[in-house]
Amino acid sequence: MSIANKISTKVATMPPSGIRKFFDIVTEMGDAISLGVGEPDFDTPWHVREEAIYSLEQGKTVYSANAGMLPLREEISRYMARRFDLVYNPTNQILVTVGGSEGIDVALRTLLNGGEEVLIPEPSFVAYMPCTIFAGGIPVTIATKSENDFKLTAQELEEAITEKSKILILPYPNNPTGAILEKSELLAISEVIKKHDLIVLSDEIYAELTYGVKHVSIASIEGMYERTVILSGLSKAYAMTGWRIGYALGPAEIIEAMTKMHQYVLMCAPTTSQYGAIAALRDGDDDVKYMCDAYNNRRKLMLDGFRKMGLDCFEPKGAFYVFPCIKKTGMNSLEFCEKLLQEEKVAVVPGDAFGKSGDGYIRCSYAYSIDELKEALLRIERFVQKFL
Amino acid sequence: MKTKILKLLEGNAKYSIEDLAIILDSTPEIVSSIIAQLEDEQIICGYKTLINWDKITETEIVTALVEVQITPSRGTGFDRIAQRLSLFKEVEALYLMSGGFDLTVIVKSKTLKEVATFVSQKLAVIDEVLTTRTHFVLKRYKDHSTIFEQAKVDQRMVVSP
Repeated sequence: MSIANKISTKVATMPPSGIRKFFDIVTEMGDAISLGVGEPDFDTPWHVREEAIYSLEQGKTVYSANAGMLPLREEISRYMARRFDLVYNPTNQILVTVGGSEGIDVALRTLLNGGEEVLIPEPSFVAYMPCTIFAGGIPVTIATKSENDFKLTAQELEEAITEKSKILILPYPNNPTGAILEKSELLAISEVIKKHDLIVLSDEIYAELTYGVKHVSIASIEGMYERTVILSGLSKAYAMTGWRIGYALGPAEIIEAMTKMHQYVLMCAPTTSQYGAIAALRDGDDDVKYMCDAYNNRRKLMLDGFRKMGLDCFEPKGAFYVFPCIKKTGMNSLEFCEKLLQEEKVAVVPGDAFGKSGDGYIRCSYAYSIDELKEALLRIERFVQKFL
Repeated sequence: MKTKILKLLEGNAKYSIEDLAIILDSTPEIVSSIIAQLEDEQIICGYKTLINWDKITETEIVTALVEVQITPSRGTGFDRIAQRLSLFKEVEALYLMSGGFDLTVIVKSKTLKEVATFVSQKLAVIDEVLTTRTHFVLKRYKDHSTIFEQAKVDQRMVVSP
């Protein structure tokens, strides 16, 4: 008997994430400078950690309500109204999830019947396609283009829609490209979405990290609130990745159904983390601004650095990544990244780890100190000059 | 622009003019002329390095906080005496306070004895000085928003989605 044969075909045939493969290569290298990390370099603000510690001291270690503690849902509701002019009822329109990732999984499994199609703009976060397949759906990728600054256009969306299309995942501000969608662009896409009666899963985990332009949620576009589920969380904005607190916001019918699934699968998000999250949302606006300003400084230095070394790089206005094009070097993404790692000991992530259309690009995170970024830029420049 | 430059330099005095220009969407010429102006106006009063001397065993530095009560002078209040005190090289910082005493004098010297000599022979003997209370600093944990003992270790995985 082969134990391997007992694994479900769906899981066995799922290729490992391209990130994972590269992770192994970098880990073997040891002392490389890494620009490969998709999480903030800041520590969680102390007042948040302190609140969580206090909750532990008080022995508040029991399960919470399935949908998350009501005070946290109320805080999320106030936060969304304050920051994005969106109103969600804490009693039935908010589900606290175990990070944004659980939200993606539970939303897809709640909404999909077998064979229904999910439209996924790429390059984008690595989990959308596998989660769609695990949920019995069919992923339909839409390759966004560098000439459009990696924004999804209404025409590209229209062309990808079939009679089986049910869900559009809208991953903006985008990981890995740093692209954002502005209101005029959302308006154009919304017309197509309404025409074809799609549901939108809007992954807004980077909503707080936009530069020079305030994030607009597609849920705030007329006629979209009732067909949009916002998936977000505290990981990126509040430097709370390890706490695993996300949330899903949307029409009561969908959120209640998602809560049903969540209660069987996870019971509830970690209680200690929920206490921390309350403090973050209640008192953390200044922390977010401080970190966002720091990212913006680094973003400008990175963008300038890549352009000066002769690589094409569109201006990313969100998240904490730059996504320069390395096609001029004559290498594909993986070759470039492996050679760069070997020759200069700098780790960046191959763009095609985020979908085929990312080939020819590299994702460089700027969630690092300016000294580290400048050293990495020096080394990348020395490397690139050999090939230009 | 002035405030932005000040905030950036306050956080990190090592920013180059070129980097500041990129961050501020400006040019090196404009940034250097603003900095020169800020220096002329004594808004930027200097550039120093924050050092944890506790880690340098061969160099001993003693720091004391001295609470001073004084009799203010007619016309000039506390300023005249404060200006005079600030001329002493041993005085690292000097603040006018509200509350139970008037001036906080931060005194820095090589040895405990030097600090004691300064307080008893230079500070306490000034006519306007009524009382002094000297507190020695035993250990510095945080200064200028910087925690000293904490070495920042990047705990993140080297590559993550």
